[in-house]
Amino acid sequence: MKPMMIALKMMLFMTVLTGLIYPLLTTGISQLLFPDQANGSLMRKGTEVIGSELLAQKFEAPEYFWERPSAVDYNPLPSGGANLGPTSQILKEQVTARRLKLMEANRGTMKVPPHLLFASGSGLDPHISVEAARYQFGRIAKERNLNEASMQKLLDENVEGRQWGFLGEPRVNVLKLNLALDILRSNLRK
Amino acid sequence: MELVDLFQIVFYVAVLTLLTPGLGLYMYKVFSGERTFLTPLVGWVERGGYRLTGSSSREEMTWKEYLTALLWFNFFGFLFLFLLQLMQTILPLNPQNFANVSWHSAFNTAISFMTNTNWQGYAGETTMSYLTQMAGLAVQNFVSAATGIAVFLALARGISRQSSKTLGSFWVDLNRSVVYLLLPMSFVFALVLVQQGVVQNFSPYVDVTTLEGAKQTLPMGPAASQIAIKHLGTNGGGFFNANSAHPFENPTPLTNFLQILFLLLIPAGLTYTYGKMVGSIKQGWTIYAVMAAVWVFTMIGSVASEAVSNPLLAESMSMEGKETRFGVVSSLIFSTATTLVSCGAVNAMHSSLSPLAGGIAMFNIMLGEVIFGGVGAGMYGMLIFVVLTVFLAGLMVGRTPEYLGKKIEAREMKLVMLAILAPCATILIGTAIGVSSPLGLSSLANKGPHGFSEILYAFTSATGNNGSAFAGLNANTPFYNVLLGIAMLVGRFAVLVPVLMMAGSLVQKKISPPSTGTFETDTALFGILLIAVIVIAGALTFVPALSLGPIVEHFLMLRGQSF
Repeated sequence: MKPMMIALKMMLFMTVLTGLIYPLLTTGISQLLFPDQANGSLMRKGTEVIGSELLAQKFEAPEYFWERPSAVDYNPLPSGGANLGPTSQILKEQVTARRLKLMEANRGTMKVPPHLLFASGSGLDPHISVEAARYQFGRIAKERNLNEASMQKLLDENVEGRQWGFLGEPRVNVLKLNLALDILRSNLRK
Repeated sequence: MELVDLFQIVFYVAVLTLLTPGLGLYMYKVFSGERTFLTPLVGWVERGGYRLTGSSSREEMTWKEYLTALLWFNFFGFLFLFLLQLMQTILPLNPQNFANVSWHSAFNTAISFMTNTNWQGYAGETTMSYLTQMAGLAVQNFVSAATGIAVFLALARGISRQSSKTLGSFWVDLNRSVVYLLLPMSFVFALVLVQQGVVQNFSPYVDVTTLEGAKQTLPMGPAASQIAIKHLGTNGGGFFNANSAHPFENPTPLTNFLQILFLLLIPAGLTYTYGKMVGSIKQGWTIYAVMAAVWVFTMIGSVASEAVSNPLLAESMSMEGKETRFGVVSSLIFSTATTLVSCGAVNAMHSSLSPLAGGIAMFNIMLGEVIFGGVGAGMYGMLIFVVLTVFLAGLMVGRTPEYLGKKIEAREMKLVMLAILAPCATILIGTAIGVSSPLGLSSLANKGPHGFSEILYAFTSATGNNGSAFAGLNANTPFYNVLLGIAMLVGRFAVLVPVLMMAGSLVQKKISPPSTGTFETDTALFGILLIAVIVIAGALTFVPALSLGPIVEHFLMLRGQSF
């Protein structure tokens, strides 16, 4: 009976140590040192919380940059990808439909940037590639009466490069970009 | 493949190789009870553990005592986690008022985390309360990893000690693994993750009105503390459903790099620890070289496979199921590492990889999770293959096989065969049941060969204690929850028990001094032979099954056939 009792007590000991003390300590120090990140990197417009910098939200209006397609329709509960395989008929039809829609909306070419054709893994990918942003310039410039040069300037300001110069891919955060678009408009009105 | 991609791959391997001896030496000191720089800081926690549980740091156990302690401990771990899920409505820290988990999902998840598999049939952010995540799932992340390390230590002692009966103490090995290794490293890693954007709080979910005026609910929770050990302990069970593809779980390319590095660190470091334990660092480096070589090979294979154009989509290097911030190459470095290491975290949806890259992910698990493999489990699994290789080499030259001076005899070989064949049989029989029953087929999301691959991947992942998935398969059904639960148990204990029995048998033998006829196990020749044995054993068993899944899908894709 002795090993059984030790096992039971050891399990309790480990639960308190790694299951209570460790997460509580980590939370305490995180909240002290990095409160913004620890609470979800929330973004505000004025005083209103409009979302998280890290989570994609749905953009359908023509005057905003659009996100990558989402298998969960940008609802984080729960997150996830489409999990469609490379020979899936459904995926083939989805990609064709997205390609046509994007070409029409942007009066663009056949060569739609892949980030706008394929759903992300999380369904909440907050970024698009630089090409995917540029592909949407024409539509947004027309809707907002902006010239392409000021759009390009906005994009350049918001591009995030590879981390340390070689990790990951260059990208642009769609929510930040759209927020910058709205700020640009309110500045022009003044 | 661009130059920057190649540089990334070289960088990963270089950093891992540089860190291996330092961490390996530290672990060697910890497990032999020597003082380290952390002793003044956390030594009292270790001593407190013995005092509170009535165990002792000087205790020694035979293989039977060691196994008994381990099994009781794992049993209580299962029970705690099972009950926690069934009672979360009446327990605190459930701000979203999640219902109790169904019995079959709770059964599956409790086995999954106890066996270091971390297969997930549920979605974390809509199923599990904060308490279940941190006091149930995260605790098993720690102790299942420590259990793996303990069994490795017992086997290494079985090889390095002679004419003895005991293999160390399970309580000491467990306690030291957690206190000196897993906890401090997780703590530091968790803080880095938070700094980069991973959430760590106990707030209820946040309702927001988006820029376009829609409603969105943002999940919250103590995620960073759990994600740190999820990688360090090669567990892989995500806080969120999308796992490391989720921006709250893996927000930047830097966290992605660290998550890949941390899932490889301990399995790599243990090769050096092993070298120290058996008194020859070169033995450890030989095993490390074998592991690193296979990893590099599978990375290159995966990238080449993704570069094949898919005529159905008119694209190569497809972004389906991948995240912008990682891109294709970082996703493939992750997919190969997470499947070779029995981690199972994913930063891209494996189901949407090109057929052969998905096939490589599967084949990596089929190699037996011994190339790096799970924490501890990979090393003891690898030693099984080392013994098999020594045995085969002995047959070729007609000598009694010896490994590090220990005679390999009939009893050891029976145990080796059991440990290798039981998981293989479980994968194939499980898949056969899955594809031939209506209950198994009704969960499929993809048709054609990809559907077959979904089921084959599920049983491979469960038995290999990996936990990644072709996640189109709806595995949260009584059928799959129970069947995959059993596969996980077999995959863990049908290897672990023979390993401990073999350790008990080896420890009694004398170490005969090396002679001119001794077959050397620390040479490039042996390394190549070892790779050949591992790959041939995996290939002979699984090529027929892989042909029906990823391989045929590849050729049908080239012909433009969709399903």
